[in-house]
Amino acid sequence: MRELRHVVPAVVAAFCLTTGAAVAGTLDDVKAKGFIQAGVNGDLFGFAKPDEKGVWRGLDVDTARAVAAAVFADADKIKYTPLTAKTRFTALQSGEIDVLTRNATQTLSRDTDLGLDFTQVNYYDGQGFLVPKQLGVTSATQLDGASVCVLPGTTTEQNVADYFRVQKMKMNPVVIENTAELAKAFFAGRCDCMTSDASQLAGIRAVAPTPADYVLLPEIISKEPLAPAVRHGDNQWKDIVNYSVLAMIEAEELGITSANIDEMMASTDPKIQRFLGVSPGNGKALGLDEKWAYNIIKQVGNYAEVFERNVGVKTPLMLERGLNALWTNGGLMYSPPFK
Amino acid sequence: MHSTQAEKVPFLRDPDKLAILYQLLTVIGVGLLSYYLIANTLANLERQNISTGFSFLEREAAFEIGETLVTYSAADSYGRALLVGFLNTLIVSFIGIVLTVILGTILGIARLSSNWLVARLSAIYIEVFQDIPILLQLFFWYAFFYEILPGPRQALSLLPGVFLCNRGLIFGVPVWHQGFQYAILALLLAVVLLFFLKRWAAARQAASGKIFPLFRVGLLLVTLLPLLGWWLGGAPTAMSVPELTGFNFRGGLSISPEFTALLLGLVLYTAAFVAEVVRAGIQSVGKGQREAALSIGLRSGHVLNLVILPQALRVIVPPLTSQMLNLTKNSSLAVAIGYPDFVSVAGTTINQTGQAIEGVALIMVVYLIFSLSTSAFMNWYNKKIAIVER
Amino acid sequence: MPQTAPPRSAADVRPPVTNIGVLGWIRANLFNGPLNSLLTLTVLYLLWQALPPFINWALVDSLWFSSSEECKAAGGACWSVITANIRFILFGFYPHDLQWRPLLGICILIALLLYSQNRRHWRPSLAWAWLIGLFSMGVLLMGGIFGLTAVESTNWGGLPLTLLLSVFGLTAAYPVGVVLALGRQSRMPVVKSFCVVYIELIRGVPLISLLFMSSVVFPLFLPEGVTVNKILRAQMAIILFTAAYIAEVVRGGLQGMDRGQYEAAKSLGLNYLQTMRLVILPQALKIVIPPSVSILISAFKDTSLVVIIALYDLLKTTQTALSDPKWMGFSAEAYLFVALIYFVCCWFMSNYSRRLEKELDTGR
Repeated sequence: MRELRHVVPAVVAAFCLTTGAAVAGTLDDVKAKGFIQAGVNGDLFGFAKPDEKGVWRGLDVDTARAVAAAVFADADKIKYTPLTAKTRFTALQSGEIDVLTRNATQTLSRDTDLGLDFTQVNYYDGQGFLVPKQLGVTSATQLDGASVCVLPGTTTEQNVADYFRVQKMKMNPVVIENTAELAKAFFAGRCDCMTSDASQLAGIRAVAPTPADYVLLPEIISKEPLAPAVRHGDNQWKDIVNYSVLAMIEAEELGITSANIDEMMASTDPKIQRFLGVSPGNGKALGLDEKWAYNIIKQVGNYAEVFERNVGVKTPLMLERGLNALWTNGGLMYSPPFK
Repeated sequence: MHSTQAEKVPFLRDPDKLAILYQLLTVIGVGLLSYYLIANTLANLERQNISTGFSFLEREAAFEIGETLVTYSAADSYGRALLVGFLNTLIVSFIGIVLTVILGTILGIARLSSNWLVARLSAIYIEVFQDIPILLQLFFWYAFFYEILPGPRQALSLLPGVFLCNRGLIFGVPVWHQGFQYAILALLLAVVLLFFLKRWAAARQAASGKIFPLFRVGLLLVTLLPLLGWWLGGAPTAMSVPELTGFNFRGGLSISPEFTALLLGLVLYTAAFVAEVVRAGIQSVGKGQREAALSIGLRSGHVLNLVILPQALRVIVPPLTSQMLNLTKNSSLAVAIGYPDFVSVAGTTINQTGQAIEGVALIMVVYLIFSLSTSAFMNWYNKKIAIVER
Repeated sequence: MPQTAPPRSAADVRPPVTNIGVLGWIRANLFNGPLNSLLTLTVLYLLWQALPPFINWALVDSLWFSSSEECKAAGGACWSVITANIRFILFGFYPHDLQWRPLLGICILIALLLYSQNRRHWRPSLAWAWLIGLFSMGVLLMGGIFGLTAVESTNWGGLPLTLLLSVFGLTAAYPVGVVLALGRQSRMPVVKSFCVVYIELIRGVPLISLLFMSSVVFPLFLPEGVTVNKILRAQMAIILFTAAYIAEVVRGGLQGMDRGQYEAAKSLGLNYLQTMRLVILPQALKIVIPPSVSILISAFKDTSLVVIIALYDLLKTTQTALSDPKWMGFSAEAYLFVALIYFVCCWFMSNYSRRLEKELDTGR
């Protein structure tokens, strides 16, 4: 069907992107077209949202950029498709995007039923509750009878319904698909609390008229490992995305940052030498340039840098590392050896 | 034309044979296209390991819905959740259509008013509300509701037991009692009685020319009989009064801001179109008709009922039908402002099950049912009131 | 001889002052009867209650070029939310320094519209002008040739996208609609039933379900590895949707044609295609120009629904601008602004269609 380009008239052709057969491998496809098409959120501050100049920023955006850096040695060879919760999986299934970095929770049914494969988690999250301080609520168990603003299209709706059922409480959900619209309704007092992944809640609190008026309740009612996803069955591409995320974690563990990486090239530590491609092998195994990991860290940064830049305590989101700290610091971020 | 009767018409010049050829080609073309699409879809579903079929309808939905007309909880099935959405669409469309017709008629008449100010204002209203996308109006009204109205703890108390806040309009309702069953039965009885009364009155008028005060008697019937039923049933007066407990009001009935914003947006938008329809209908009845009716001594109420309306309705009904359908279809925009209509519930179902084809197919079928049944009813009505050619 | 006043002609008798001039007009149009007087007074009272505070809010107390903090402190309308975000609202993600291109494109479109308003300009050359105009708009938006930098369609947004979806949608839907209408009028039962089913099916479902279809289901229809970009998919949904409505309008025009026209054409020995092309369609399409403009208006308004599938049209860019914490509380101002854009465009078109209807009416 590559001929489609020649069949349709010139104007239509310009709209129409025909990609080669996906069976041949996403890597070849991506290389042929010269950029990676990434599916992202678009509305989520800290994870994926364009700034005033239209430049995309966020943790998910940087994750996708890491893949671009690994494949092209240029983190900017990437294009973004903003997706709603509804359209995200179809977009991946159909081949419209090459990688989905849209804060998607890895679950068993998604991994199997939907024809997706999830890679290394880039953010460990959990569903929480955001309430206005003046309500005087200190625990989610006090929320009986509350109006709850829920972002649809995720596992959130089920989680919160399950939680209220188990606690034998009643809830009155208000479900609006658009994050911005829902947040506005919540700040105006339409609901008593808002539920979503804790990171999202932090993002929403950050954009509140007065962020200090809102608190996150201590209860985390679900496990939400947010991970990039690729199409099922393309193992090479899955490996590349997987190890691009892992490379950022490994770099943090090895103490390599975008600032010191050029000095690190001279390191005599065999682990670092292997990691940075000074002693070759890893790149060939993945089907990439030997400097793939160097490019990721140089252009995007290690996991700590990416985290702190987008969602860390110095950003409006003010998120602690928590579960997302390295395993050596009591977190869950753990990379297999790069050898 | 030099071809004679006997001359054989070449195949490509014979319209009848050509027609068959064209139809055959159409069938083959459509068939091939659908085969191509279906084959692709099946291959994609197979390859991506996506489940198919409607068995998900029986699985537990596991999500809550904010507004339900029938009992529903997260433990119910997807099928029941979709039913809830279906009823929500139905109720908002039904109330919307009734209010739209009323408001549209008022506006249409106002547009023709001899009062310059009223006619102008009505014209401005029609122009403005027609020319702004309905979705934008919905966003606007929804924002208006939650930004202007106070929270439940500062709720405005309009009347004793009636509260207005950003959780909606909350008011007391009578507690269900056996007595209401009698009242409803009595109401049905009154309607049946009225139907026979109307036939009898028409027959009498045709035979003797005497006019029966049907409206007044009818009004008495439909108010007094249910009251009698209620009284016979023990005259229950217990009310479920809303009380502020915890976060929200408990008890009573509440109308959510989402519902109100949707209803308001739909009614204000569609009424502008209906007003134009009504105006055209009224203008289509010649002035002479009214004058002639008055001159043979009909009272003005009868002029409207027996002369003007029957003629105007013939012009009004077809476009009015399509406006009603538009309103029903536009109610699907509820999904943007959080009212759990059918599209919204189906959307959640698609998200959770990943079965997009089935979900979208369900949406389409449901709206087709709405559309086809509405147009069937309106066609029947239109036939009933159409000119009987003599 | 007794003097009598010279007879005065009727023209000399001045009517009482209350029947002419401003007073007379007021009496005839505002106070002709007790009910009307009451109505007038009520309306005037309501206007008095509503208008001054609105004008105060919108104009007197308003801020036009301030920061959001100043806005929050002031009581009036904060039009700064528009002025600060105007480029994003109008052009979305289109590269900042290239935004003159969509702007020029819009200007071309407006110029074409204004020029084609006059019926005397309706010549075959006008059709060419439109083709060239639409083509150059496309080139301006896309770039990639004539030394213009290429701009990805994923970066298109705001007003150009809204216009593109509606104008291009209508242009592409028109031929499809005409074919469908002819099919529905056809005497071939199979063709006719296909067309009837298509038209009724599409008209029976809401546009949003077609947009869902285009964004969620359509990708599954395509063979493996072939993808169609999101904007084009939405555009296709809009075209398929609009075509069904155009078909019904054109059918109205076809039904309005006199039987004699068909018979005359047949007696001249014209075949079906010739009859349609030379006799029926030119007349029928002329009749249906005004209702077609109404369809363009609804298509223009309906493009706002692409918000729901996350395309950055005018409404979505506005919402995105509003999701910025700085500007979050000012949705009324932003929505009013967008409403004004839509209103001006639609009002212009509907006014035009009404005038055209009158002109065409007298021609017959």
